[in-house]
Amino acid sequence: MRDDLFELLWEGLRETLYMLVWSSFFAILLGMLLGITLVATEKGGVLENRPIHKVVSLAINGVRSLPFIILIVLLIPVARWVVGTSLGPTAAVVSLSIGAAPFLGRIVESALKEVAPGKVEAAKSFGASPLDILFRVLIPEALPALVRSLTIAVIAITELTAVAGAIGAGGLGSLAIRFGYQRFREDILFATVIVIILLVQVLQWTGDSIARSINRRRYKPE
Amino acid sequence: MIAISNLSKSYKTASGVFKALNKLDLTIEKGDIYGIIGFSGAGKSTLVRCMNRLEEPDEGAVAIGDTVITELEGKRLREARQKIGMIFQQFNLLDGKTVFQNVAFPLKVAGRDKAFIRKRVTEVLEMVQLSDKAGHYPSQLSGGQKQRVGIARALVNEPDVLLCDEATSALDPQTTYSILELLQSINQQLGLTVVLITHELEVLQHICNNVAVIEQGEIVETGTVDQFFLNPQSDTARRFVNIVERYRQKRQLAVEGVGAGI
Repeated sequence: MRDDLFELLWEGLRETLYMLVWSSFFAILLGMLLGITLVATEKGGVLENRPIHKVVSLAINGVRSLPFIILIVLLIPVARWVVGTSLGPTAAVVSLSIGAAPFLGRIVESALKEVAPGKVEAAKSFGASPLDILFRVLIPEALPALVRSLTIAVIAITELTAVAGAIGAGGLGSLAIRFGYQRFREDILFATVIVIILLVQVLQWTGDSIARSINRRRYKPE
Repeated sequence: MIAISNLSKSYKTASGVFKALNKLDLTIEKGDIYGIIGFSGAGKSTLVRCMNRLEEPDEGAVAIGDTVITELEGKRLREARQKIGMIFQQFNLLDGKTVFQNVAFPLKVAGRDKAFIRKRVTEVLEMVQLSDKAGHYPSQLSGGQKQRVGIARALVNEPDVLLCDEATSALDPQTTYSILELLQSINQQLGLTVVLITHELEVLQHICNNVAVIEQGEIVETGTVDQFFLNPQSDTARRFVNIVERYRQKRQLAVEGVGAGI
């Protein structure tokens, strides 16, 4: 072990967290939008619109079928246009957000579709509007499932930050490759792996506790 | 008054087109407690769900009072629905909202202010005898209590009509009885029309004044509940009355058995 280890790790972790927080934020925002649109416009949905549903669904499938590393390359011009550079953590946030949003869209869709149709019917029966149904029935009722799904997604984004690290995004992934692999610094390789494992554990634990606390409130035994 | 005329609805199924409702006509007087009885698949649920357009009829008209429900769209349909309460077999309460919030929801949707909501919800919860459960979540309630919340939610907008889609089918006989009592007292207090879809004769027997028998999407018999039991005309009605006779004998035996055990 050499004395630069902690400094390198700390910088890597900071960059990873930076990418993780912002990409998760934008990906969740976009993903919620996509998921809600899918559920609202599907056949029998509260704002049924087959053409929109078809287009959104195809776009999601299109982006999801590309390997992430290729998507990053494709998005280089977009990143340059949005943040002015194609290198570093900020540029990676653009690619990560766009790359993860379709996946988020699908898991938001499946969480919302788990809500019993009877609840939607009841809301319709007393005159709820489509927006009431989306934002006051479907999303609150799906909340525990949403939190669990979003946890899975944020952990997937953690993995993607490491992939992005391979082509110039910085962060722990880049550290593991540049130092651990290319310069034979096994201490850095292992330390990076341990930090990533800990990070994922913390994320999973946080998601689980939030979901559990919502469920405990709703289903507390009398 | 509820006037249904020439109402048809069919579904496409794997084996062809299924006619759930076939040019059905029915009139229900204001303030009545009206039972619609039929076996599974007779179309009774489709009928009640067409009354508030949870399902779209293919043709025909439904009018409640002066409002022709089948002519309304969008916001006007939603406003009309505020005056048509509905309760369900599976209660359909929102698990993430407390009893108070569940009952308040239709008022929020209708754009009422907070003070009004608080006052009105308190009132309705008192009516269904659940004042002490306002802060509970549905998961903490029994089936009968859940249906009381359903009733409170359906009544909170002071509807003219209450539609009950198999509202007691998921409840045990005792709870069924208490819910029926509640519906009856609400009918007397508020004078609203109650339409009950059911396959349980006890429901007819306990609270309905009039009944329609539905068979293959058509009304095959209408009349008072007395006529139904004493002089059933249609096949369906006769089958039901035969069942109840046998049922009553069996139940009598069961009750005696339990009594002896105590």
